[in-house]
Amino acid sequence: MADIPEDLLRRSAEAKAKALGLPVEQVLAEMKGEAPPTPPEPAKAAPAPEPAKAAPAPEPAASEPVTEPEPVAPEAPAAPAPVAAPATAAADVDVDELLKKAAAAGGLPESLVKRSAEAKAKSLGVPVATILAEMAGEEAPAAAAAPSAAPAPAQSQPAPAPAPAAAAPAAAQEVAAPAAVAVEDKPAAPSSNGGSNGSANGAKAAMVSPRPVAPDANVPEGVRTQRLLTVVKARAIQQVKADPTDKVNTWPHLMIAEFTALLAMTAFVILLSVILQAPLLEQANFNATPNPSKAPWYFLGLQELLSYFDPQIAGVTVPTIIGLVGFMMIPYVDRNPSTKPSDRKFAIMLYTIFLTGSATLTIIGVLFRGEGFNFAYPWRDGIFFDDLKDWVNFE
Amino acid sequence: MANGNTSLRERLSEATDKLASSSFVESVLRPGSPFKKGYSDSPRNRSYVIMNNVLYHLHPVKVKRHGVKLSYTLCLGGLSFFLFILLTITGIFLMFYYAPTVENAYTDVAALSTSVAFGSLVRNMHRWGAHLMVLVVFLHMSRVFYHGAYKPPREFNWVVGVILLLLTLLLSFTGYLLPWDQLALWAVTVGTNMAGFVPVFGAQVKFALLAGAEVTAGTILRWYVLHVLFFPFIIVLFMAVHFWRVRKDGGISGPL
Repeated sequence: MADIPEDLLRRSAEAKAKALGLPVEQVLAEMKGEAPPTPPEPAKAAPAPEPAKAAPAPEPAASEPVTEPEPVAPEAPAAPAPVAAPATAAADVDVDELLKKAAAAGGLPESLVKRSAEAKAKSLGVPVATILAEMAGEEAPAAAAAPSAAPAPAQSQPAPAPAPAAAAPAAAQEVAAPAAVAVEDKPAAPSSNGGSNGSANGAKAAMVSPRPVAPDANVPEGVRTQRLLTVVKARAIQQVKADPTDKVNTWPHLMIAEFTALLAMTAFVILLSVILQAPLLEQANFNATPNPSKAPWYFLGLQELLSYFDPQIAGVTVPTIIGLVGFMMIPYVDRNPSTKPSDRKFAIMLYTIFLTGSATLTIIGVLFRGEGFNFAYPWRDGIFFDDLKDWVNFE
Repeated sequence: MANGNTSLRERLSEATDKLASSSFVESVLRPGSPFKKGYSDSPRNRSYVIMNNVLYHLHPVKVKRHGVKLSYTLCLGGLSFFLFILLTITGIFLMFYYAPTVENAYTDVAALSTSVAFGSLVRNMHRWGAHLMVLVVFLHMSRVFYHGAYKPPREFNWVVGVILLLLTLLLSFTGYLLPWDQLALWAVTVGTNMAGFVPVFGAQVKFALLAGAEVTAGTILRWYVLHVLFFPFIIVLFMAVHFWRVRKDGGISGPL
């Protein structure tokens, strides 16, 4: 317990002392002595004093599945339920010793074992010491067999599903079928591994203390003897679940691809600029209208439309209504949720018509329009497109 | 070395080691930087490279594997952004040598080819880069459409993208006038004549665009300010929203 800050220890000891009616010094002394027998994992996991160390940031934690099992993370070692155990002050010493043993045997923090035992004792009307002795004695073989390998799943006897996981230690102990342990109501169930408990990683786990051998216990049928001992807090506020999508690290995989594209584009632009001289015609002259006058190439499709339709249509309606508003509305009009090409043939067809149409109009406008914006063949009449002037002259 | 002479390479590596472990460099580089001394290639550090970097604004730590495939996005969105950066850099260069007046504009542009070092190259890069950007943005839009990548939850980002296309066209078109040659003057005349057909407000729109009834000396200043300040400012705002939404809407869209 060396890594627990002092103030936490003090609060724990004080709470324990208050609950047990013992002097604080005694509890502290006990704690000092009890560190060695407590198995390392639970001790480390106990009050989680170093949040920074535990999870530096959510994303790497999510990407690397948690490997270190933290069997239990009790919210506070303090505040055991006030117990009406018929134990004297003298008996408490014995109880503490037994508690140590039981905890060591179960590989669990003492506080949990204690609460478990107390609850069980209360429900059965038996002294706590008896329960603890039972736990300490009977858990020994199980503890030897199971916990080192996989503490969390093997030891847990969670109320919900994973009965098979619990089967291993149970079988080792030669006790009754584990499935019966959680929800068994019949007092005849010969199980006795009540103290063994644990929790799944991070998740909320209700730990049950099943009814042990108690032939004389006078519990009416149908009364559940399982109890919620503790709710283990989730490990983080945000439970980041690893989703099954196939992902790779942005660095280096995506960054390298992007950097390569960037370099290639730079090289391409520089090459283009070395080969092709940007056009610079004579100085602007309001009195000399060139024939033809052409817009920049990306507007030439529109200019081409202007030669067919009324300016109100080609100059205004098409670009603003269809071009702008229509395009913005695409996602709100196309409510087909599928992205499969086979499911959206109509949409693809429309867009392809738009694409080929605008490309055709632009090419006609660029290459096939000569003087007076009349049709011209570039191989016969030459190219009337000054943006390409120097490119054509190049050679 | 034994005789006290150290090779250049040794001295160089010593110097870089010293620099890398200096407190200044320590303060510059955030944890996990691959330029930091003792960087090792581990999953955690690969995460840190992005997470502790300004790139975190653009990229998550991990991306879907298919998103890395060049054949899926063809990197068109990224290249649009990169061309914008390239045009900003070359444009700033050109601004040093250009005055947006009727008297100076044409001669300034002509002088780029004759009396400015790399002037011709930079002007060519600016011009071809601009044409290329229009093309790449358009292709990016087509790619997004064919992948159905505008579908929920990405509808709004498509709208932002259309606005970005419009702004790209406006940026390119406003730059078209600035050389003040015959090509510029008459292309702009044709373009703004189209704007004059806007119903009801046609004349007013044309007047606002040209700062007069036709292309005049005021037009060149107006378009210059629009070109170097106004539209770049607006487009950066929309790009910020666009990139942010790409990440918030789930990153690169899924495979077909």
